[in-house]
Amino acid sequence: MTKQEQQSRAGLLQGTLDMLVLRTLLHGPAHGHQIGKHIQQTTNEFLQMQHGSLYPALHRLEERGWVRSNWEKAPDRNREFKYYRLTDKGKKQLVVEESQWKQMAEAVARVMWPAAEES
Amino acid sequence: MHWWQAKKRNEDLQRELRSDLELEEEEQREGGVPAEEARYAALRAFGNPTLIREQTRAEWGWGWLENVLRDLRIGVRTLLRSPGFSIIAVVVMALCIGAATSLFTIVRSVLLRPLPFRDPDHLVMLYEHRSGEAASTGDFTYNPVAPADFYDWRSKTHAFEDMAVVRYAGYNLTGERGDLPEDVRSAAGSWNLFPLLGVQPALGRAFTESEDRPGNTVVMLTWSVFQRRFGGDAKIVGRPLHLDGRPFTVVGVLPAWFTYPDAGIQLWVPYQADASPEFLQHHDFHQSQVIARLRPDVSLATAVAQVRSIQYQLHLENPHEPVNDDVVPRSLNEDLAGNVKKPLNLMLCAVGCMLLIGCLNVSNLLVARGAARQREVAIRSALGAQRATLIRGQLTESVLICAAGGLGGILVSALSTQLLAHAWKDLPTAQSIHVDGAVITFACAIMFLASLLVGFLPALSTTGKTTMKALQTSARTGASSISRTALRKSLLTVEIGITVVLLVAAGLLLKSFMRLRGADVGSITDKMLTLQYSLPQKKYDTPEKVNAFNEALLERVRNLPGVRAAGLGNTVPGAGYWGDFVFTVKEHAAPKPGESLPEGLSRWADPGYFSALGIPLVNGRFFTDDERVARSYKVIVSSQLVREYFPGEDPIGKHLRVPAHPHAGAPDDADYEIVGVVGDTLFQVGKEPKAAIYFPILEGFPGGTLVVHAISEPLQLSVPVQKQIVSLDPELPVSHVLTLNQVIGQSLVNASLSTTIVLAFAILSLLLASVGLYGVLSYLTAQRTSELGIRMALGAQRDELLRLMLMDGLKPALFGLGLGLMMSFAATRIFQSMFFGTKALDPVVLSGVIAMLLAVATLACLFPAWRASRIDPMQALRTE
Repeated sequence: MTKQEQQSRAGLLQGTLDMLVLRTLLHGPAHGHQIGKHIQQTTNEFLQMQHGSLYPALHRLEERGWVRSNWEKAPDRNREFKYYRLTDKGKKQLVVEESQWKQMAEAVARVMWPAAEES
Repeated sequence: MHWWQAKKRNEDLQRELRSDLELEEEEQREGGVPAEEARYAALRAFGNPTLIREQTRAEWGWGWLENVLRDLRIGVRTLLRSPGFSIIAVVVMALCIGAATSLFTIVRSVLLRPLPFRDPDHLVMLYEHRSGEAASTGDFTYNPVAPADFYDWRSKTHAFEDMAVVRYAGYNLTGERGDLPEDVRSAAGSWNLFPLLGVQPALGRAFTESEDRPGNTVVMLTWSVFQRRFGGDAKIVGRPLHLDGRPFTVVGVLPAWFTYPDAGIQLWVPYQADASPEFLQHHDFHQSQVIARLRPDVSLATAVAQVRSIQYQLHLENPHEPVNDDVVPRSLNEDLAGNVKKPLNLMLCAVGCMLLIGCLNVSNLLVARGAARQREVAIRSALGAQRATLIRGQLTESVLICAAGGLGGILVSALSTQLLAHAWKDLPTAQSIHVDGAVITFACAIMFLASLLVGFLPALSTTGKTTMKALQTSARTGASSISRTALRKSLLTVEIGITVVLLVAAGLLLKSFMRLRGADVGSITDKMLTLQYSLPQKKYDTPEKVNAFNEALLERVRNLPGVRAAGLGNTVPGAGYWGDFVFTVKEHAAPKPGESLPEGLSRWADPGYFSALGIPLVNGRFFTDDERVARSYKVIVSSQLVREYFPGEDPIGKHLRVPAHPHAGAPDDADYEIVGVVGDTLFQVGKEPKAAIYFPILEGFPGGTLVVHAISEPLQLSVPVQKQIVSLDPELPVSHVLTLNQVIGQSLVNASLSTTIVLAFAILSLLLASVGLYGVLSYLTAQRTSELGIRMALGAQRDELLRLMLMDGLKPALFGLGLGLMMSFAATRIFQSMFFGTKALDPVVLSGVIAMLLAVATLACLFPAWRASRIDPMQALRTE
């Protein structure tokens, strides 16, 4: 039940979210909360991070071997957090997803704004 | 990630979420939110941690396992809450699955299991066959092979790797020091049989080619006689034992699993060992079985075509002898299963029907329970449960029921299979029938299918409603339950329909069995004692010695007190086919080439045989005492032979030419004068009667069946009679000491068994169907209580209500009856050949079934209907 529901809800964003998370981790290791915050702030709060899809996404990426995780002490706080970092496989995947997204965006743009394309 | 790491991983996730949530809370506090509000703010920003955890877990890919476990837990709990229902359902399923598994076990070992021989797919049995009109009569499609035909086939074909030949034999087995004599069933097989089958002797060796010659005295023991009589002592190999008084050397012992052609065979001798050179040259002694191994590069059709052309040549070369003109192949499995195939299939169908009825019944019970759980289902779906989840939950229950039933069923079948295999005498491989892995797999497959069948309809019917409607509906008066009632009724209709088919089949079997029982074999059958003996050739080497023994025995037995009459023949009516001879009539024109020759059963009788058995003399006279040995060229024929071959003629004084008759010293074209005509007898109950020719047993026939007509209880005579035999020849064993009724009954045992079993299935199904009917009507009554109360308050009479409810219940019964009758017309046609003297549309059986079903259905409906009519209207209206 839960799986299907969630997929239909997050279906549109799912591929994108994976890409955004991978891109965020390119800066260096981060824990879930940081990743969420970072995406939210970078997009000027345009993308309200749903934790309900962020954590499943993180675990999905780990399952696929694109990120790996460790419990590490945070530099500013005296507690351990689960830090995710990009693997080599993940870096390759980011390139793939980025180019796919570009193609997609260009294709959408050509349909939406044909004149703009010509000029 | 694997599911067994689930616990650790769960904790890890929990910790991750908690730490991130705390961080959010801290950040909220740092942003100036008061401490007590910060927590809620963090939760608001973060979302529902439980939900996040569940959604994340779903990513792990084994959420289904958790779901299944949860469904199982809930299912077990639900079933335990209503133990009455669960026990009934499980018992019903256990019975059905058990019965189905038992029959499957038997069918598999008899019809499906590959034989334990090397490369059994290339083995084939070859039979002689008569093309033309005689081929259509099923019993005679596969004729045994004459020895000379076999040797021609073997030497002139090259499509087979090899061909071997087997025939039955019987010996009197004694030890070196005059141990107990024992009549042993034996087989004679050509030397290449064991290599051809790929059988290695457990001890010693097999026969060699040079040992397969007339007069040779080597013998192989089967495992059973080796253990039983020789105590499993390996030293027996190389030692002698006595067969019919002659010493034979044991050369080998066959392995325990080797029970070909059946488990009754105790000894093997080389095929030619006891055959005379003349016997081996005959093209018309049809008594051997040929087993051939195909060359891998030759198709069956090509190989058989070669043999057929050789046989056709032989047929043309011997126009006046009964040499068949054709050859047919038969698979080894089918050859061994032969006669049991049809009854087995019938039983399999019957048990399939019963299984279906059982499933429908449990399904029906589940639909009824579904009604009670409608609210629960509605609430769960309002809370967000998807239909698939609900269906899965309900299916889990039916899987649990069927799994428990299946376990019980496997236990039931482990017991019943043994019982069944022992009761069924015809089964060729009874000793190898047992429950094993494949059978358990089958039981599991049935279990799975059954649970789908059982669970799916109720699950669909319970969950198929919109939430609002279901919540609005009250469990008792619900209009929405009409569809479910209709579903139950149609399930019931199908159930009753199948029951009717079973009842019709059982009724027809029962009727034909009664017919068989009541069949008149043409002789006296009461108070008749029969026993068999066979005089060993070595000791009784001349017809005179044979006759001296036979006549002395008859003389002594006839003088015993309590004996009314005694006779001696090679067999008695109803005891089997035994053999036939073709003949020509000397006074008639010779048959044209290609025309099939007349034939009659071969029988031998002493002068007193017919009067002892009460077979009437129709014309002429019986044999006389001096028609013996050289002066015995006389025959008596049965009325049927006269009807067939002497229509409108007086047969007395005519001559039959019987070329195949092995009369010592007689020329091949000896003529036999007909001296008498006797009444017809059946050679086997349930088979078409056949013309018979009786020869005088005093021509020197070595032994046979002694029949004694007793004044009172025949079996009391068995000891005095056997004492007479011992006093004449202490080494002579007797066998088959039975009453004539027992002899005839033996051929009915299997008919009786299949009748009993199908009848049991039918009655069980009727019981299940009536319970189903009762259940549905009780449920309907309960559901309509308030409606009935209103009717009554408005003035409906009690007997009107009774009729209303009764009709309501009987309607599915009537529909089911119609449906079932139609189905059984089709079904019984397939099994027509199993019904002896009974038509598929037997009016007595059909009306019996209809009456029985209606009576049972009415009974099942009566109680709920009566209860409905006794409703107190005030009480009924108050129940809402």
